[in-house]
Amino acid sequence: MSRLIFAFILFNLKIVLNLKARLSTTFRGRLGEKEFTAQIKTRDNRTGRYFTFKGGRVISRGKVITDPDIVIIYHDAALGARLMTPWRSQLEQVSALKSFKITMSGPDELTSWFMETLSLMLTDGVEYGIDLGNGVKRYVNGSNGGPVFVYVKDNRILRVTPIEFDSEDAEPWTIEARGKKFTPPRKTTLSPYTFASKSLIYSKDRLLYPMMRVDFDPDGERNEKNRGISGYKRITWDEALDITANEIKRMKSVYGPGAIMSGTGSHHLWGILGYWLSSHRRFFNSIGWTPIMHNPDSWEGWFWGAMHHWGNSMRLGASETYGTVEDLLKDCEMIVFWSSDPEATAGVYGAFEGTARRQWLKDLGIKLVHIDPFYNHTAALFEGKWLAPRPATGNALSLAIAYVWITEGLYDKKYVADRTVGFDQWKEYILGRDDGIPKTPEWQENESAIPAKDVRALAREWGTKKTYLAAGGISGFGSACRCATGNEWARSMVCLMAMQGLGKPGINMGCLQQGTPLDTTFYFPGYAEGGLSGDLEGTAMAVNLYQRAPQLATMNTVMQAVPRLRIPEAILDGTTFGYPANPKTIEGQFMKIGYPAPGHSPVKMYYKYGGSHFGTMNDTNRYARAYRSKNLEFVVNQSIWFEGEAKFADIILPACTNFERWDIGEFANSGGYVEHGYTQCNHRVIHIQNKCIEPLGESKSDFRIFLELSKRLGLSAVFSEGVTELDWCKRIFDGTDLTGVISWKDFLKKGYYVVPAPKKEMRAPVSYRSFAEGRPKDTPEISPLPADYTENYGMGLQTQSGKLEFVCSSLMRFDPDDPERPVMTKYIPAWEGHHTRELYEKYPLQLITPHAKFSFHTMSDAKDSIINDITDHRVLIAGYYYWIVRINTRDADARGIREKDLVKVFNDRGAVVCAAQVTERVPPGTVHSYESSAKYDPVGEPGYSVDRGGCMNQLTPTRMMIEKSHSIAANSCLVQIAKWQGEAEIK
Amino acid sequence: MSCSDSKMAGGGRDKMKKWNMIIDIEKCEDCNNCFLSCKDEHVDNSWPGYSAPQPLHGQRWMNIMRKERGQYPLIDVAYRPTPCMHCDNAPCIKAAKDNAVYKRDDGIVVIDPVRAKGQETIVKACPYDAIWWNQEKELPQKCTLCAHLLDQGWEKTRCVQACPTGALSLVKLEDQQMEEMAKSENLERLLDNKGTLPRVYYKNLYRFEKCFIAGSVAFEHSGITDCASGALIKLLKDANLIKETLTDNFGDFKFDGLDEDSGSYTIKILFMDKEKTVNADLKLSLNVGVIIL
Repeated sequence: MSRLIFAFILFNLKIVLNLKARLSTTFRGRLGEKEFTAQIKTRDNRTGRYFTFKGGRVISRGKVITDPDIVIIYHDAALGARLMTPWRSQLEQVSALKSFKITMSGPDELTSWFMETLSLMLTDGVEYGIDLGNGVKRYVNGSNGGPVFVYVKDNRILRVTPIEFDSEDAEPWTIEARGKKFTPPRKTTLSPYTFASKSLIYSKDRLLYPMMRVDFDPDGERNEKNRGISGYKRITWDEALDITANEIKRMKSVYGPGAIMSGTGSHHLWGILGYWLSSHRRFFNSIGWTPIMHNPDSWEGWFWGAMHHWGNSMRLGASETYGTVEDLLKDCEMIVFWSSDPEATAGVYGAFEGTARRQWLKDLGIKLVHIDPFYNHTAALFEGKWLAPRPATGNALSLAIAYVWITEGLYDKKYVADRTVGFDQWKEYILGRDDGIPKTPEWQENESAIPAKDVRALAREWGTKKTYLAAGGISGFGSACRCATGNEWARSMVCLMAMQGLGKPGINMGCLQQGTPLDTTFYFPGYAEGGLSGDLEGTAMAVNLYQRAPQLATMNTVMQAVPRLRIPEAILDGTTFGYPANPKTIEGQFMKIGYPAPGHSPVKMYYKYGGSHFGTMNDTNRYARAYRSKNLEFVVNQSIWFEGEAKFADIILPACTNFERWDIGEFANSGGYVEHGYTQCNHRVIHIQNKCIEPLGESKSDFRIFLELSKRLGLSAVFSEGVTELDWCKRIFDGTDLTGVISWKDFLKKGYYVVPAPKKEMRAPVSYRSFAEGRPKDTPEISPLPADYTENYGMGLQTQSGKLEFVCSSLMRFDPDDPERPVMTKYIPAWEGHHTRELYEKYPLQLITPHAKFSFHTMSDAKDSIINDITDHRVLIAGYYYWIVRINTRDADARGIREKDLVKVFNDRGAVVCAAQVTERVPPGTVHSYESSAKYDPVGEPGYSVDRGGCMNQLTPTRMMIEKSHSIAANSCLVQIAKWQGEAEIK
Repeated sequence: MSCSDSKMAGGGRDKMKKWNMIIDIEKCEDCNNCFLSCKDEHVDNSWPGYSAPQPLHGQRWMNIMRKERGQYPLIDVAYRPTPCMHCDNAPCIKAAKDNAVYKRDDGIVVIDPVRAKGQETIVKACPYDAIWWNQEKELPQKCTLCAHLLDQGWEKTRCVQACPTGALSLVKLEDQQMEEMAKSENLERLLDNKGTLPRVYYKNLYRFEKCFIAGSVAFEHSGITDCASGALIKLLKDANLIKETLTDNFGDFKFDGLDEDSGSYTIKILFMDKEKTVNADLKLSLNVGVIIL
């Protein structure tokens, strides 16, 4: 019977192939691309059919032949009958592949083409988008700054707008607090850079065809030293892919495991399949690679410091936020924003969703305090008291607050007694009984320059009001966690909350940025679950997606990694080390790794993908110098725009944007370290990412580029599993709870689904409430892992004591005598700051460079985007868009600098030309700019000269916050500023 | 509304509902979504009858101005989005030849992208600097209030749709109703004395056009300095009491809504049994600093 069914399905396949070709011109065209014969059969050769593609037609007979070009073998007819259907079980398909019950042989070019053609039978010509008449279609796509409607006419994007809901979409939630009702607007918001999408898609800086450096010869002289200097010539895709594939093979055969290094930006264009944790990892795991190990770049002090006091390792040491929006509105009396500017940073991916909620604060009379060296955009919009500590001195201020609380009895003694350990030991330090220095408000004034009277006023108000602490723009993050004292600052934040009763009504972490009452039980993965990566080690796929959307697992066999902040040393010195940002457990960060790893090859090839490090890492002239080393024999850059590091490659592979390919995603749902990050939003908006236009020029999606390379390595079936990007979207869709509420067809057409908010009684409880009340954990997250509880499962925190630890047991175990990271938080003056006398005299200005307001890291900046026209982003002077540095009026006057003057910001590490903005938004002595310029534009020799692109990170120190970490300390950076006279020299 | 409504000529003008834009300075955070969405709509897009494409760079149909007031650490910052005012008595209409700029019955002022070619005088006529010269096309260009979208039934302009804070809003009212709304909500217009009769109204414009005197009060006791919370602060001009306030728990006070260059003021501080007087000459917003009692 099975044999009959299988034979019948194969017979039908022939009919449908020809029928489809008759009905669809594109499919007819497809069939005309190749001429060959494919055989599908059972292993015992008793059932089979061959398909000959010739002249755009399919000739087929139910016969097993001896000389087909490709062969697909099913273990038996019953299996074939089940899996050769559109409604096959994906789990069975993957299981069959893994147990070799389905095998395929033949040239990759043909097998891949054949499998894709079978898939296109179902998806070619699929209807999607809403027809608005006049030839205009409205599609849906996604971005790092929110989901969008995309209006398209004649394969050209007309406009990109926020999604405004229709009458069928779910109603929003309402919170009742203090006799008032609060309901968010029934729409989505977008970050500024998303409105610039069209100008980026059609940017003149788009890479539209593959290129090769003019003086690079893969078979001869490679002229490595000319990287960043020489120009490029256009080559064909076949040439580019052949060279790259051949280099991959050469690396493996000549040097062995480890020679191929690859790395990505921290972020990529939106979409589960397109994000850097998806197809990139599947491809590289399939060839074996030395990954560039990310530092926990926006968390830093939370990861390396705060985690030891309260756990939260899965959140890289940052706070949970469940239920905090409702709790804050109901019970909080004051918010302290400390290094927290959600209006500029959008939490992460949260657009302006939190803004509408913060506008309610005024209605409730909740007081605000902003502690930030820069009068930031949150302070400017909502006002309140502004305190501007000298950069990297924030924890002197925290300790003085603790001093006032201790000496005036303004803390929760019962909570400290019941829920914390080590307080008395820390108290001795605060009161100066162990080191002779009481940490008084007057003492801290010498460090932070904040008047002692203000600290007392703040401490007294905080100690008597139910207060939320917004440390960083979401909960975690913040520039203060990325400086020499970043660890101690983040640690002190936890200690202050431990004194005030973290988790009690109205006392928690946050600023309404995250923790809306949305449905966390409705499953849809964030990008951190790895999309189609199959990677159970390097992504969060094992959490859920691996079971939900079965796929072939992938695994990197190379046991070597390079710390991202030490790429230059790995290349130039050939040796370095680092500590991993392993979030599994607190001790994950203690496992030092060395480079090169034992028995591994040093890196010889660098395959760069995504945003530029010049703008985002530290002391980045190093990166430019490393590129020009002979130690790197081959550099390929897969990029959308000709910018940043792309200009240092030997081969450039042009990728397309997410508007030119298929994907699927959800507003602000990253998953992973920001689990349930969509609770930053007022609505859960899950969306398809329609392919809105064809890829520009010869650009291709990342998926297709990797597939083309895979074909040259015999890996195409392993990489794509024989299906297209649209099929992968469907496979993800099928693995989510969307299947119960919307059909695939409707989802493709309408483009999005709004998950209804849960009923009031079904909302997630408030984070740390159960801890404060001595109950088992009741918030909807799977961390800590069961083994990390000391008491019964769910009781207490992840720390050894299960309590908030003023003295950290993990640090006691690891290195109790580390002067850089003591077992309890102390004030350790910055290793680059006002105490480093000699340097401070030479470079008397302290530069801070927080995350940019108008661009998302390097995304949207430069590349002729309309973002450049924002007068507070770049300034147009004599035809050039300069980056901005903000300097206090007095410091400017002393240097003869006026508004919009071109100035050179410099120190021993580098020099960057900026346009001056003279302002009172920073105190004298502090200067402010943003990190993440996408443009690196050295006036002279790359790596050794003045940059006028705006990469402020050329100035930031190489030194890590502490040695036993992998951390950036960008906000401890001494500089001098002078008017720029056009010179190329750094000094 | 339909296309025919908006283009209906003559008749019942006073009773006709017309578009007005209201901009609340206090709600603007310089996100630039208005500026960018305007560019998204108009760059590379031609809307025949309404506008020629806006150049990629250079023009600011929604121009956001920044105003910082005070001195560290007592400052504030405000932003003023500035589009075409769609004046009822528009100087650009008068300056244009061949009816190149005209007023629609719904209040919107449109520069005809064909007839206005070559007329640079239109740019110079605008007292709000809201008209831009397109060198390549030899065309004056400006905000159209997205008339092409409103005529298709959109209820909002792109900038209003993009605004996350509600700082921008669009209302369609009869002139009489708008006048009443302006009065009840304290809305103001830019250069109101020029008789241009703008249809763009501002709320909380004082953040841009007025100035403040602020300061902090502290007192010494038992060898330390503390913030003087609840101190009574009186502001006098020519010996007349203008305003009074209490300091907050940081000892801070602020008198806002004063005129720039308005001369000398006296600040009288009363706290417990202490008293102090400070004089200030007001040009721009002023932080008088920490006053220690």
